[in-house]
Amino acid sequence: MSDKITRRRILTTGFAAATGIAGLEVAAKIADHYGLLAPDHQGPFGAGEALTYGAQRLLTARHSMAREFSRSEISALSPVNHAAPDYDPYQRLAFDNFRDFRLYVDGLVARPMSFSLADLKGLPSRTNITELNCEEGWSYIAAWSGVPLSLVLNLVGVNAKAKWVVFYPFNDFWNSIDISEALHPQTLLAHAMNGEDLSPDHGAPIRLRIPRQLGYKNTKYIARISVTDSLKNIGDGTGSASPEIGYSWYAGI
Amino acid sequence: MDMAESNLLQPEITQSAVTVASSVQSGGGALEERTDRSSLRHSFVVRITHWIHAVCFIAFVLSGLAILLAYPRLHWGETGTLGAPALVDLPLPMVLDLGIRGPGRYLHFLTAWVALFSGLLYAVSGLYTNHFRRDLLPARSDLRWQTIRNVVSHHVHLRRSMRDDVHRYNVLQRVSYSVVVFGLFPFMFLTGFAMSPSITSVFPVFATMFGGHQSARTLHFVAANLLILFVMVHVAMVSLSGFGRRCRAMITGYSAARKKCS
Repeated sequence: MSDKITRRRILTTGFAAATGIAGLEVAAKIADHYGLLAPDHQGPFGAGEALTYGAQRLLTARHSMAREFSRSEISALSPVNHAAPDYDPYQRLAFDNFRDFRLYVDGLVARPMSFSLADLKGLPSRTNITELNCEEGWSYIAAWSGVPLSLVLNLVGVNAKAKWVVFYPFNDFWNSIDISEALHPQTLLAHAMNGEDLSPDHGAPIRLRIPRQLGYKNTKYIARISVTDSLKNIGDGTGSASPEIGYSWYAGI
Repeated sequence: MDMAESNLLQPEITQSAVTVASSVQSGGGALEERTDRSSLRHSFVVRITHWIHAVCFIAFVLSGLAILLAYPRLHWGETGTLGAPALVDLPLPMVLDLGIRGPGRYLHFLTAWVALFSGLLYAVSGLYTNHFRRDLLPARSDLRWQTIRNVVSHHVHLRRSMRDDVHRYNVLQRVSYSVVVFGLFPFMFLTGFAMSPSITSVFPVFATMFGGHQSARTLHFVAANLLILFVMVHVAMVSLSGFGRRCRAMITGYSAARKKCS
C-alpha cells in the first residue's frame, strides 16, 4: 500500500467531494419538495436536524398516534416553566376572562376568520389524555380538551400550496409546525385541561397541543394563526423562536 | 465449525486477505508475508469506526451532561416532575440559565446520527468479515474456568500478556467488548428512542418495554455510566500495555513500525 499523494488521488478525492456536495444539494431539494426538510437544516448542527426530521416524517407519515393514557394515570402535578405574560394586552384580556379575545386565522386561506373563545368552545371538541414531555427531562400526563386544529383549518379553507402553520402568541415565542402535523387528529387548539378552563400559566385562553413533540412546541396564549408556503421571511427563517435560542425547530426528537 | 477450533486457527484466517494484497505488492516473499501477517492488528473499518466512536463518546458525554443538568433527578415509571417523588436526586447542580442545553441537544442528536451510521458500518463489516465471531465473541475454550482465572490473575498482577504479539483478544476483552457492542450500544439507542414522543407514537413498545418514559430516561443514564466506566477501564488498560504502541496499532493497523515492503 502506498501512502504517496498522487495526482490521481487528488483528482479522485476532489471529484468524490464535488459529487458528494452536489448530491447533498439535490437530496435537499428533493427532501424539500416532499416536505421532509426542516427549516433549521443549516448551520453546524443542521445535518442532524435534517436527518431527524426527514427520517421521522417518513416514519410517522401515516399519522401515527401519540400514546394515550387512562384517567387514572393523570398526574397530580402539572408544573410550568414560564408564567403567563404580565403585560397588556394579555393581562387586560385575562382580567375579563378573555371575553374580548379573538383568535385570528389568516394567510394562505380562502376565508380569513376570527373566533371568540365562545366560538371555539362551541365547535366540536376532542379530549386526549397524553403526556407532556419537557425538553428538560420531566413529564406529566393530563387530559387536554379543545378543537382539532384540522377542523379550524377546514373552516377557513387552506390553500393547496400551504406547507406550514405559524402561531403568534401574546409573548415572543412564535412557532410553526408543518401542515401534516397541523392536520393530525391529536393536534388540538386546547382550551381546557383536566376538565377545567386552561389557567393563564398553562396557556389560556388557547394553547397548541401536539403530543408527538416536546413541550416547548406546544405554543401557549395563541393570538393568531397564519398559514403559509414559506418560512423564509419570518424571523430569521428557521421556523420558530426556538432555533434562535438554540433549540431545534422540530421537537419529535 | 467449532468456535474453539476457529479461534485456534484465527491468526491465519484473520490476515489472509492482507497477505494476498501485500504479497502481490511485495512480489510474494515468504518472509515478508509472515511479518505482515503477524503485525496487522485491526482492520480498516475497525480502526476508522473506533475513532469515530471515540469522538462520539466525548460528544455524547458532554452534551448528555448539559441536558441532564437541567433536571438532575431520576424517576421510575411513566412520568415525573419537581414535587413528585424521585428515584434518585443526583448530587449535581441544577443548571437552567447557562445556555448549554440547547446546543447540547443539537449536538447530542447529531452525534447519535454519526454513531448510528458508524455503528451500522461496523456491524455490517463485522458480520461480513466474521470479525464478531472470530475476534469478539468469547470462544468456548475462553470460558473455561482455568482460562478466565489465568487472565484475571495476569490482570491483577498487571503482568503483560505473554502472547502479546498474537492479535487475539483475551476472554475479559472479549466479554467486555461484546457487552458494549451487542448490549450497551443498542441499549442506549433503544432507551433514547423510548424518550422520543414521535418514535413512540409509531412504536409504543419502546417506551412500555422499559416501564415508561421516565424509566427509560433512568436506564439511559445508568447505561451511560456503564459506558463511561468501560472507557475509563479501557483507557487504563491501553495505557498499561503501552499507550503509544496500542494507539499506533489502532491508527495504522500495525503495532510495530512497518518494515518496508520492497
